[in-house]
Amino acid sequence: MTATVLTPLDLPRVPLEAEAIAPERLAGRSEREVALLPVQIGNATAQLGEFFRVRGAGSDEIRIDGDVSRVKGIGAGMTRGRLVVEGGVGMHAGARMRGGELVVMGDAGAWAGAEMVGGVLRIGGSAGDHAGAAYPGSRRGMTGGALLVGGNAGRELGGVMRRGLIAVRGSAGDYSGFNMIAGSIVLCGGAGRRTAAGMKRGSLVAFRSLELLPTFRYACTYRPEFLALLLRTLRDLFGFAIDARYVSGLYRRYSGDFAELGRGEILIWTSD
Amino acid sequence: MRLNGVFIEDTFAEAFAMSGARAVITGRTQAWAREAATRMTGFATSVIGCKCEAGIEGDLPADATPDGRPGTSVLLFAFNPEGVQTRIVERIGQCVLTCPTTACYDGLAEEPVRISVGGQLRYFGDKFQLSKVIDGRRYWRVPVMEGEFLVEETFGARPAVGGGNFLILGESADAALAAAEAAVAAMGRVRGVILPFPGGIVRSGSKVGSRHYSLKATTNDAYCPTLRGMVESALPDGVNSVLEIVIDGLTVEAVEEAMRVGIPAACRPGVHSISAGNYGGKLGQYALHLRKLLEGVPA
Repeated sequence: MTATVLTPLDLPRVPLEAEAIAPERLAGRSEREVALLPVQIGNATAQLGEFFRVRGAGSDEIRIDGDVSRVKGIGAGMTRGRLVVEGGVGMHAGARMRGGELVVMGDAGAWAGAEMVGGVLRIGGSAGDHAGAAYPGSRRGMTGGALLVGGNAGRELGGVMRRGLIAVRGSAGDYSGFNMIAGSIVLCGGAGRRTAAGMKRGSLVAFRSLELLPTFRYACTYRPEFLALLLRTLRDLFGFAIDARYVSGLYRRYSGDFAELGRGEILIWTSD
Repeated sequence: MRLNGVFIEDTFAEAFAMSGARAVITGRTQAWAREAATRMTGFATSVIGCKCEAGIEGDLPADATPDGRPGTSVLLFAFNPEGVQTRIVERIGQCVLTCPTTACYDGLAEEPVRISVGGQLRYFGDKFQLSKVIDGRRYWRVPVMEGEFLVEETFGARPAVGGGNFLILGESADAALAAAEAAVAAMGRVRGVILPFPGGIVRSGSKVGSRHYSLKATTNDAYCPTLRGMVESALPDGVNSVLEIVIDGLTVEAVEEAMRVGIPAACRPGVHSISAGNYGGKLGQYALHLRKLLEGVPA
């Protein structure tokens, strides 16, 4: 399949809202029709072709060969195909996506993968605040799929997450796993303050020590078999490198948050 | 037809449609995975008397199991998926959940017919159990005194074949046993099958019904050497002992392959002939003709 290539032209200082850029919205359209797709700039509607040079008819595979850090909503709600951005993306990239794969080689703005339902969102750089989280007023954040961050993550990573998998190679900001309902978050680096505050269920796994809230209680040090399964899936299925010592290692289990339901857990790897 | 000088009777093994499942048991060491598998497959020789037939399919290296630990693969067969579910839940619950360090996974993930396994065993957790969905498959984490027992929620059940068999007619008991042991060793390399009887060998083949008692199965008098002269014996002169190898498989092809491997291995000095058990083709869905299976095998 030949990819549709979008080359950013002079992008305005005001962020462009371009939810049109998703495989299923480009597929089946001619090059000209793709260029005519609507985008929003401020309170005005414009055409995609004004800001991107379009090469190739619309297809399930899209490549953006440049930085689009000032473009919002790329891949938002996408359900299939593959979208590769050879640079950074703006806010809401892959938000509410249901399927397919969105690859961001640079950094992502806030709300990347917010309320994701399925598919895979790979961010090679760092993610902004609220990655995989719930929008204000929503009862659930991410409910499926995988969000993989090669750099760091901002605040409220995976807030109100219900299901799915988040992995962060670097460190995460404050309130990671805030109000988590279920699902799994793997933090290879550290995390900020109040990690998993309000957690009801779910697993937050950290390879480095964390500053824990007093509403989490130490349970035991053990080898969780499910974690070997989870980390191997992360490594083998998603290509997210995990050192073997973490896959089969010992973890300190903390139950909580007892300010809430208290059925969740924080697992912290230990070399002991 | 002769193989290595052993006569192959022109007959067939009659096999039956069953339902089968595969459980992959892992453990901290191969020994613990094997221990759980051995316990789980105990008292599972015949579906008539044991409600299911089960056996060890083989050991799995760490890189071939879901959690990267050494494992053992178990196959379990019953008449239908409901029977498989009942028996596999009982056996995993009593023999794997209880065994140190083990976890248990579905080995037939692609099968559309699903039976609830972890979905039943989770209740042992008394509402402290946790579930985890990984790559679209749900697992239950049941807290136990050792730590946690991990078991997959559903297992696949697929149409299978039970009762593939062949008979080794030996000139002596020692010769028949040596031949049967050689056949079992060779058949151990075939995947998708189990030999549910002790050591893979049956000494007490049965016929349907009874002359005097209301039993479903009684001794196969026609093949009992001590009854020669008392009954219409099926034993040629010179045969003094008969052993049977029964094979259950996930596919008829796997059963056939096992027979194709096992029979030549059994054709050794001291073996008079190879035969097979059948009911005239009236009961089983599969007729596995010995000579047809062995076509192309060097004589």
